[in-house]
Amino acid sequence: MTIGIVSYGAYVPRYRIKIEEIARLWGDNAEALKNGLMVYEKSVPDVDEDAATIAVEAARYAMARSGVDPSRIGAVYTGSESHPYAVKPTSTIVAQAIGATPNMTAADFEFACKAGTAAVQACMGLVGSGMIDLGLAIGADVSQGAPGDALEYTAAAGGVACLLGRKESEIAAIIEGTYSFTTDTPDFWRREGMPYPEHGGRFTGEPGYFKHVINGAKGLLDKLGTKPEDYDYAVFHQPNGKFPSKAAKMLGFTRTQITPGLVVPKIGNTYSASCLMGIAATLDQAKPGDRIFATAFGSGAGSDAFSITVTDKIEEIQNRAPTVSELIKNPIYIDYARYARHKGKIRLA
Amino acid sequence: MSSVPRFWRNLGSRYNLEGTRCKECGEYFYPPRNVCVNCRRVGQIEPYKFKGTGEIVTYTLIHTAAEGFENQAPYTLAIIKLDEGPRLTSQVVGNPEKMHIGMRVRPVFRKLGEDGEHGMIYYGTKFVPADA
Repeated sequence: MTIGIVSYGAYVPRYRIKIEEIARLWGDNAEALKNGLMVYEKSVPDVDEDAATIAVEAARYAMARSGVDPSRIGAVYTGSESHPYAVKPTSTIVAQAIGATPNMTAADFEFACKAGTAAVQACMGLVGSGMIDLGLAIGADVSQGAPGDALEYTAAAGGVACLLGRKESEIAAIIEGTYSFTTDTPDFWRREGMPYPEHGGRFTGEPGYFKHVINGAKGLLDKLGTKPEDYDYAVFHQPNGKFPSKAAKMLGFTRTQITPGLVVPKIGNTYSASCLMGIAATLDQAKPGDRIFATAFGSGAGSDAFSITVTDKIEEIQNRAPTVSELIKNPIYIDYARYARHKGKIRLA
Repeated sequence: MSSVPRFWRNLGSRYNLEGTRCKECGEYFYPPRNVCVNCRRVGQIEPYKFKGTGEIVTYTLIHTAAEGFENQAPYTLAIIKLDEGPRLTSQVVGNPEKMHIGMRVRPVFRKLGEDGEHGMIYYGTKFVPADA
């Protein structure tokens, strides 16, 4: 049974705020932050954008790329840590907006930054078992960082949708295998009703990100009997530019392999869309036969690793919707005051 | 804002620009009509999903927003002529200084408004400049 990506679509809001502008407000050293984080600016949603509207835009681009009949979709799963409703699924809004309703199932996923890839795995299971024809998995976020917190420099907005299927004639990228590594690690959380997440500072690094990414990636390489040099590209969850670069080096992947998918310096951490955004950016420029290794990470904590091989079909769909680099170009830069307004940090009476 | 059932009944039109078309005379309707205004009882109405592309017929810049829209002001409210013919009123998202009559637009999915912090969030179609 071959399961794979039939189509994909990404969306990034137009607005950006630069690290210098945030650092100016809090009296931080912008140069030190940029060098440390390897992030220079981050995406900011418009006043009328949220995780649901971003998920819809990404899903519509995925549908435009595939050209398939939306009524064939049997499941829509949206992963996010910023679902607009606490109770009322984002996925029903997306499914209605792409015309996939009503003969289908839907649910929302939550696993910090890897809720999107968890949705991909769920769709792979349903598609692979023959329970559904096509499944749509989405990661979308308008992530929040408390004013003055370190997270504010990277918490960004974006979304990626992946349409998964099993018809070989339709598959643009075969997923040869997936592997997850999960433990109870309190490196990052947000309590019910609280506007901003809390995190363990440096504790998020070694026991959180690196332990899970390295073990998840190694687990999949062992399972498939592949080595880093077997892959043309690699993508790792990108909360900043430094972590994925270091993880790649620890595992034996080169800078050349990770460069096409490393989008965090220009848009920040898009949370549930982060690893998927790297995969989308890589698929945008991949050639038939190319192999992509990807590992997503979610605090709490866990990782999902994927091994992907691109098929001839990719060239047919690549340019039917905007590429990630097209979505990232022509940003509109805003100051902190406008950023605060866009993010709802200013409350009107 | 509007009541929940009232909004829900129009979900198809709000989300996906679903309207109708008369097979008899070829006229398009948005919002959807059940009876053709030209052909009356000989008209044959069928569902039609608009492409969403069109142009600005006229527009105004709203500074003093209605209740529920305060956070979006200033915003552009325009009459848009869809390529199939019907006109509708919608926000056009983008730099107000760049708006002009005749500007080509395309649809986007956005938050239209919400009933405070406790109520429903209303989603639907707005427009952006076609080259945005």
